[in-house]
Amino acid sequence: MTDTVVAPVPTPPLPKRRSGGRVGRVRWWTYLFLIIAALACIFPLYWMFVVSSAGAGAASRLPPVLIPGGDLPRLVDLVFTTVPFVRALFNSAVVATTIAVGQALTCALAGFAFAKLRFPGRNVLFIIVVLTMTVPSQLSVIPQYMIISELGWVNTLQALIVPGLASAFGIFWMRQHISSTISDELLQAARIDGASSWQIFWKIVFPIIRPAAFVLGLLGFVTSWNDFLWPFIVLKSPDMYTVQIAIKALQNNLFVDLGLAMAGSFLATLPLLIVFVFVGRRMVAGIMDGAFKG
Amino acid sequence: MTSTINPPRATPDPIVPKPSRKQKAVGIRYGLMERMAPYGYIAPFFALFLVFGLFPLLFTFVVALYDWNPVGSQTFIGLENFSRLFQDPRFWNASGNTLSIWLLSTIPQLLIALLLAHLLNHARLKWANFFRMSMLLPYITSVAATTIVFAQIFDRDYGILNHLLEFLGADRFDFRNSVLGSHVLIATMVVWRWFGYTTLLYLASLQAIPRDVYEAAAVDGASGWKQFIHITIPSLRPVIIFTIVTSTIGGLQIFTEPLLLSPQGQFSCGAMRQCQTLTLFLYEQGFGQFAFGYGSAIGVVLFGMIVAIALVNFLLSTRLKGAH
Repeated sequence: MTDTVVAPVPTPPLPKRRSGGRVGRVRWWTYLFLIIAALACIFPLYWMFVVSSAGAGAASRLPPVLIPGGDLPRLVDLVFTTVPFVRALFNSAVVATTIAVGQALTCALAGFAFAKLRFPGRNVLFIIVVLTMTVPSQLSVIPQYMIISELGWVNTLQALIVPGLASAFGIFWMRQHISSTISDELLQAARIDGASSWQIFWKIVFPIIRPAAFVLGLLGFVTSWNDFLWPFIVLKSPDMYTVQIAIKALQNNLFVDLGLAMAGSFLATLPLLIVFVFVGRRMVAGIMDGAFKG
Repeated sequence: MTSTINPPRATPDPIVPKPSRKQKAVGIRYGLMERMAPYGYIAPFFALFLVFGLFPLLFTFVVALYDWNPVGSQTFIGLENFSRLFQDPRFWNASGNTLSIWLLSTIPQLLIALLLAHLLNHARLKWANFFRMSMLLPYITSVAATTIVFAQIFDRDYGILNHLLEFLGADRFDFRNSVLGSHVLIATMVVWRWFGYTTLLYLASLQAIPRDVYEAAAVDGASGWKQFIHITIPSLRPVIIFTIVTSTIGGLQIFTEPLLLSPQGQFSCGAMRQCQTLTLFLYEQGFGQFAFGYGSAIGVVLFGMIVAIALVNFLLSTRLKGAH
């Protein structure tokens, strides 16, 4: 069972010399395919922007409008008056940031324990961590809702935050990373100097793995920002909505303006796009480094 | 093949806590603290997992045996939910839709990702970073936003795709209100969202292949196509199996797309339930009809399917290992 999940994951550290890749001339059609793929990725996002700025009529005009119009301020204004969207952005930011920081810390610490410390039951416990990755939580949403209801957390943000503070995938990923980047000699030297494992983690391990923890936090942020099913179940009142649920509420107002939901989607995606401009390269590197699951 | 994989070492030379003179001076309590510390480090995950993961999973099996109304009564009815479920045409419809959407999304996604990873895996490729980053854009876009954009693009009256079809002389096509059309629409969103991510995974595996393998092939006169068939595909086999498993488990969870394609207040994804998936059916029964027992029975069946997939995967990967 373990190797079903584990096997393909870690790519060995790249060789020192420029590795990777076929040699020889790059054919023109290589670029053709890649440009088509890039356009296919960009176009729906661009189209979201066009429709939210030119109105829903953009596509029905002939030829279709392909450049943004001047309607954006009006539609954005309409988004903010139809649903409490500023509040939704705030809620999403609180939830996603807390989860990102929480996951980065809990997973780094647990990953360190599994990678570098010896304790009875370690292997069995690690197999349990790996096994939990294969069972999606969706199928038990009904009892999950019952628990949240018992705790009195229905329609609160902690219902979203607390269950997301640790992730099996994150632990697995940090363990791989720590085993491959931190030498045992280094830690043994610290041991001989009398450092406790807690001190070793904060003084030696964490500074080294901070970039990886950052990427993990980033993935947690994106996943949590975009989550739909669970917030849709536990959030009841509009002032508690996250942006994704607010989009759904906007979509229910289709009769107001067809561009409304598109403008909401645009506003909900914009923060991630801005973050992506700055950290996209690190995310690509992180995913290629073994973050294989979203 | 094995060279591309690096299975985690079973025991990666852990540090054995050796009590130093200073520690001995502090005494037994310090040693005990040190020995218990690892459990403290992994405790947050296991505490959360027990409360929000394992317990709900086990309790799903219990609730499934009841006629359970959250505001009304709870009556034990044994396996009745399951016998009802297997005779329920809505369940078979949702299973069929899930399977169809899974096939329509997984196969194109894997083929596209294979091709693109092969193309990106070129030592002298220009703008490589631009291509990689643009392919990750769909992944950071939420499923809700994706659904709203694609529903608009595919819309019968206002969608740019239908305008294009009309311009080319074809008839307008109402994707949302046909069985195959709605499946294609959802599958397109799934493919759009995941093909770039999968491409990056494949690319990472490809880059681990030493360059001399391709160099030797090129010297021997192997064309790009032959290199693709004889070098690229075999070395990717483990990661391909892995992505098939994850996309299968992901396929069983498709929920947001059909929900946002449903009319307001409904969870059927159209009048004919033409694109209702299993997870949406679970939601409809659990939170639309408040039939917690019946909804949990659907969850149990989903669990069974996932266990079956994991077993098939396990057999496949052990057989693959045996073959080498």
